[in-house]
Amino acid sequence: MSAVIGVSTRPARPPARSGALGLLRSTGAAGIASAVVIAVATVLAAFGPLLAPYNPDLPSLGLAWIGPSGGHLLGYDFEGRDVLSRLLAGAQSSMVGPLAVVIGAMVLGTLIAVVAAWRQGLTDTVASSGLDILFAFPGILLAVLAAAVFGAGLTAAATALAIAYMPYVARVLRGAALRERGQPYVAALEVQGASGTSICLRHIVPNMLPLIVAQATILFGWAMVDLAAISFLGLGVQPPAPNWGVMISENQPGILQGYPMPSLAAGLCIVGVVIAFNVLGERLFERAQAAHR
Amino acid sequence: MTGAESAAAPARQEPLLSVDGLTVLLPVEGQQRAVLRDVSLQIRAGEAVGLVGESGSGKSMTARAIDRLLPRGAEVQGQIYFDGADVSALSGSQLRGYRNKVAMIFQDPRAHVNPVRRIGDFMTEALRTNLGVPTADARRRAVDMLTQVGIEDPERRLRQYPHELSGGMLQRVMIAAALLTEPALLLADEPTTALDVTTQAEVMAILDELRRSYGLAMLFITHDLDLAAAICDRTVVMYAGQVVEIRRSELLHSDPLHPYTAALAAARPEIAQKASRLRAIPGRPLSAFEAPAGECAFAPRCAYAQPTCLTAVPELTELDDGLSRCSRAAELRGHLEAVHV
Amino acid sequence: MSEPEAEDGGIAPVLEVARLRKEFGSLVAVDDVSFAIPSGRSLAIVGESGSGKTTIARMIVGLERPTGGTITACGGDRSRPARSARDRRRRGSEIQIVFQDPYTSLDPRQTAERAIDEILRLHHGWPADQRRARIEELTELVGLDSRQARALPKGLSGGQRQRVAIARALAAQPRVLILDESVAALDVSIQAQVLNLLADIRDETAVSYVLISHDLAVVRQLTDDAIVMHRGQLVERGLTAQILDDPQHPYTRRLRASVPRPGWKPSRRQLVPAHSEGEVA
Repeated sequence: MSAVIGVSTRPARPPARSGALGLLRSTGAAGIASAVVIAVATVLAAFGPLLAPYNPDLPSLGLAWIGPSGGHLLGYDFEGRDVLSRLLAGAQSSMVGPLAVVIGAMVLGTLIAVVAAWRQGLTDTVASSGLDILFAFPGILLAVLAAAVFGAGLTAAATALAIAYMPYVARVLRGAALRERGQPYVAALEVQGASGTSICLRHIVPNMLPLIVAQATILFGWAMVDLAAISFLGLGVQPPAPNWGVMISENQPGILQGYPMPSLAAGLCIVGVVIAFNVLGERLFERAQAAHR
Repeated sequence: MTGAESAAAPARQEPLLSVDGLTVLLPVEGQQRAVLRDVSLQIRAGEAVGLVGESGSGKSMTARAIDRLLPRGAEVQGQIYFDGADVSALSGSQLRGYRNKVAMIFQDPRAHVNPVRRIGDFMTEALRTNLGVPTADARRRAVDMLTQVGIEDPERRLRQYPHELSGGMLQRVMIAAALLTEPALLLADEPTTALDVTTQAEVMAILDELRRSYGLAMLFITHDLDLAAAICDRTVVMYAGQVVEIRRSELLHSDPLHPYTAALAAARPEIAQKASRLRAIPGRPLSAFEAPAGECAFAPRCAYAQPTCLTAVPELTELDDGLSRCSRAAELRGHLEAVHV
Repeated sequence: MSEPEAEDGGIAPVLEVARLRKEFGSLVAVDDVSFAIPSGRSLAIVGESGSGKTTIARMIVGLERPTGGTITACGGDRSRPARSARDRRRRGSEIQIVFQDPYTSLDPRQTAERAIDEILRLHHGWPADQRRARIEELTELVGLDSRQARALPKGLSGGQRQRVAIARALAAQPRVLILDESVAALDVSIQAQVLNLLADIRDETAVSYVLISHDLAVVRQLTDDAIVMHRGQLVERGLTAQILDDPQHPYTRRLRASVPRPGWKPSRRQLVPAHSEGEVA
């Protein structure tokens, strides 16, 4: 057998840093800072109610609007509830809502993108046209419609947003799916007799993961803003349940009366988390695009 | 120039291009890695020199260094002289003047031409902006040149866009464009690798003919020994970022001076007969930074290696009007003929 | 594996193509091509870009659907797309393909072992240790050591990746292996290694190669018979040695005259008409 290789078995290129930590490090200081913020927000979402120093739900009107003082770092809101406790308790619904939207939009969007890219032809044309129609409906409009039909609440709002975002996800991912579909390794698997479903699930989608993760991260930020707006309008989470969007709205009168803290604090929480998701998402997106140059 | 180098370029005149001890390091994954090590070669006016090597040999990088097209962060040691001037010291209008005199043709013409501009605009740009030639004049010259490279209906071609031309046509246009500024030196970086073999033969013939008629010097880069030998008088063979042999082209097969050259020629299958097995070189071609330091880069794969080959990097030594970076060159001479099993 | 018998009592060809035709709109990419590969022999399909050679290969493996004509392999017809998953797999176990570009013909997220394992799981219901044994057999056959077999493609050189692609193609024990310019993107010294490897594999497994290539020297080295394609038409056929030593058709002659070899000098034709040139890749 003359098939000799072994003289220099060094690989052609040294392998790049791999794994989640390596990925994080490569997003730079801003990316790492964002990831920290997101991690904190997640912890709060999970354990917020337990960490709250005071009861977030019990009103005590005599204490309304009192600013930061002894033990109450952020003061009291319009019904005399501790603002910090409400923020901590509200983290849950404020984060879970967007999560549901992201999962819904990503799963549906990925499915449509991959199926359209795999089958191409008529399926692709029909899917693209259908998506184009959905594009015409902004998320908030759909959420208002959903509230009108199904009643206000987080479920209806989140579902409406997921449907509204789905075409965007599908559009972005379709390009990547088409590119993978056209690669010779996919053709090699087809020639082997592997089914379309197994090739899509085991090969095409995993190779799109960097883009999917980046897209989901950015989407989370948008969903958070939109859901906060919907809750602000009174169509999402209903008061008195703690939620950052609701808190902005219900404490709004305080801004003009000289007590901006409760509204502002809730707003800052939203802004902080959204920026973190955006920054991290953009960095991941850049890396995902660069990987394909 | 050292004695060895000047012997390989028996100068009745100063060489047009002189590369002297060129070492280039590039940042790769945070570290500076050598891609060229101590590369020296000369090209006389009107002379065609081939530059042959496999992956990692540094042949493309050499051309880019000469044309000052190295990527950001590249560290360059050694000198490159063109017409007596130090190329690295040129700037501004001098650099533009240099670019007029040294024209480069790339492997993929589409990547080096603006797709939204017409062929005519692209071809006449250098003439109009750098040399101040009036537009009508420039277009006339472009038409004339397109005819010389064998394109019919050249006026119509000038009005077309790059995507309307096939790869072979576009490469001819690139050659024509390169010749328009009347350069003294042509750098051709694998100009025919992406072309069909019949198109390649045609483009090679044009390149050879025009080069001779305009008296241009040329550095022709390729991975194909026989292609270089077809139109170049001398051939430089590179391995792992170093020059390992410089030889008259017609002697590469019959009397090579370095085991790598002989092995490379022998590894290629023949069109005239089938061998039971090819004489493959074990291992794979290395880049400069992968080659172990302090020894001959080719030794691990060489059929003639001896323990002494692993103790020091051999120098380029002169032998029969050629150069070889093999410490055993003199004694192996005559036994390296590229034969098939 | 037993050989299906042809009507005259001889052994049927492993691959037979009759009056094959492919149209893309108004463009005729493959025009009435017929050939047969007897068991134990290898065929070269020679041509440049636009000749239709790659389209023929794609039709044989089912990536493209013929407009007309028939394709028969190992006794079964495969002119139309496979109906069932079982049919697709069966066809996959008869004819396989190795592509030209080593950098995109492997899933960047799969090691060689996993890639081969996936194919084995697809075609056989073997237990894990039997698959492992076969994987080792295949990686050894193509000359990969254990580090390389467990490496991701980005840790492998072009030549090593082609070896993985070959091992993966051989996993299902095909009778015919189509090599679509499979060595064209490799360095000369690596190309020689892989050509030797392919000759060794053929000795050991009796596979028949269909070599799609524009490189006449490689064609000579690896094949017994050849057909020459030019703009969709089959212009010459015969023994490889004969076609290369004494080409009859003007295009074949021109092709042979264009191949660089020791002592070769390019010569020039007249002014080129608009549509006669193309590019490889």
